[in-house]
Amino acid sequence: MSPPVVGVLAIQGDFEAHARALRDVGGEPRIVRTPEDLDGLDGLVIPGGESSTMTLGIEREGLAEPLRELARSGRPVLGTCAGLIMLDREHLGLLDVTARRNAFGRQLHSFETDLDLDGLGPLRAVFIRAPWVEEAGGDVEVLADVDGHPVAVRQGNILAVAFHPELTDNRTLHQWLLAHAGVAS
Amino acid sequence: METGTFRVKAGLAEMLKGGVIMDVVTAEQAKIAEDAGAAAVMALERVPADIRAAGGVARMADPTKIADIQGSVTIPVMAKARIGHFVEAQVLEALEVDYIDESEVLTPADEAHHIDKWAFKVPFVCGATNLGEALRRIAEGAAMIRSKGEAGTGNVVEAVRHIRLITGEIRRLGSLSPMELPTAAKELQAPPELVRDVAESGRLPVVLFCAGGIATPADAALMMQLGAEGNFVGSGIFKSSDPARRARAIVEATTHYDDPERVAAASRELGEAMPGIEIGTLQADGGLLQNRGW
Repeated sequence: MSPPVVGVLAIQGDFEAHARALRDVGGEPRIVRTPEDLDGLDGLVIPGGESSTMTLGIEREGLAEPLRELARSGRPVLGTCAGLIMLDREHLGLLDVTARRNAFGRQLHSFETDLDLDGLGPLRAVFIRAPWVEEAGGDVEVLADVDGHPVAVRQGNILAVAFHPELTDNRTLHQWLLAHAGVAS
Repeated sequence: METGTFRVKAGLAEMLKGGVIMDVVTAEQAKIAEDAGAAAVMALERVPADIRAAGGVARMADPTKIADIQGSVTIPVMAKARIGHFVEAQVLEALEVDYIDESEVLTPADEAHHIDKWAFKVPFVCGATNLGEALRRIAEGAAMIRSKGEAGTGNVVEAVRHIRLITGEIRRLGSLSPMELPTAAKELQAPPELVRDVAESGRLPVVLFCAGGIATPADAALMMQLGAEGNFVGSGIFKSSDPARRARAIVEATTHYDDPERVAAASRELGEAMPGIEIGTLQADGGLLQNRGW
């Protein structure tokens, strides 16, 4: 069986770190810069980066609607940091949450800490000028929080975290993505 | 909760990859840069082209200017400190800039020592003209490297030379046997552990951007194809006739660097690029900024 092909949105950000992580767990990453790059994907990662740069890039490339279609087909989507912001109500509107950008402050306040994600287990979480979830709808499951602010959420086939699993050796979230890839058509 | 770890410092550079960091001297310029898709801005008193023209001693920007720029955008704000001027760096950390550039574009404050960057929680980016210089800066705690090029010239030739030197030396290390690496480290004047690490991984241990002379979308795509992971653009944007448009075009070309049709589309009708300077004329006056740093 050929490995699941997982797109990594590569408008800007740490898409290469995600591509490496996907290869580590047996996936085949594909760089996504235009709508055509989305054809035939089994899943998608929206990486960390600058959310304003990504927002402009998604608009410039006409990627918003094709990205929504992919997510609505039931294929798994993982968003990290800026990826969480892209998925929220004010951006792609795929997650019923409102994200607060740079919620933990400027770079001086960036940090790492140990988290335990409900159903996914413990991991080291690296937060870089990170957002948090300010408000979440009833269908959104909060998997972890920092000081009462949700930083990992799941809604159906979409998993979004405010930190960067791709910058550590822990591959739990990428394994989750691969485990759910190929489930939907 | 741990702040200021190397992973957190180098991690922000990871988030800037594939992006463009633009020099700005006012809050209005910062906003134009953000609206054009800049991944970060560099807050400066003057862009390098004007530093060249003004002469004299170039220093850290006024804190009020930095604070104004921080207040006008939500993307990361970087600022420059003079080489070796650790108190300027302390001031920039107190202002909570997101990255400090220990930069040859400003007048060096120390002729022998660079800042001990491990002593800071805010990450540093440093310039390098070759691999040895890059690794010395990383050994001092730099969390990101930019090839130096020749700032303020609008001439990409030095940027090309430096990125080729850095990537070429990385490839050469990969071809050496373990026994040859200590000698290579000695020649590069770089720590043996870092040299071994680069030989094994085939890359720098931190993110590598390019700087110094990028003025067009094609310049930006050229540097990406040569191995840069993103671009710093200084005078090239706000010394051109239509900064907003040129900024957007350079962002687009940096993303689609390997698609000539997209770079061509981005290059159309941008108006006048900044006037460039021939490097030979600078060499004659001893005015090369790239030779600063040790």
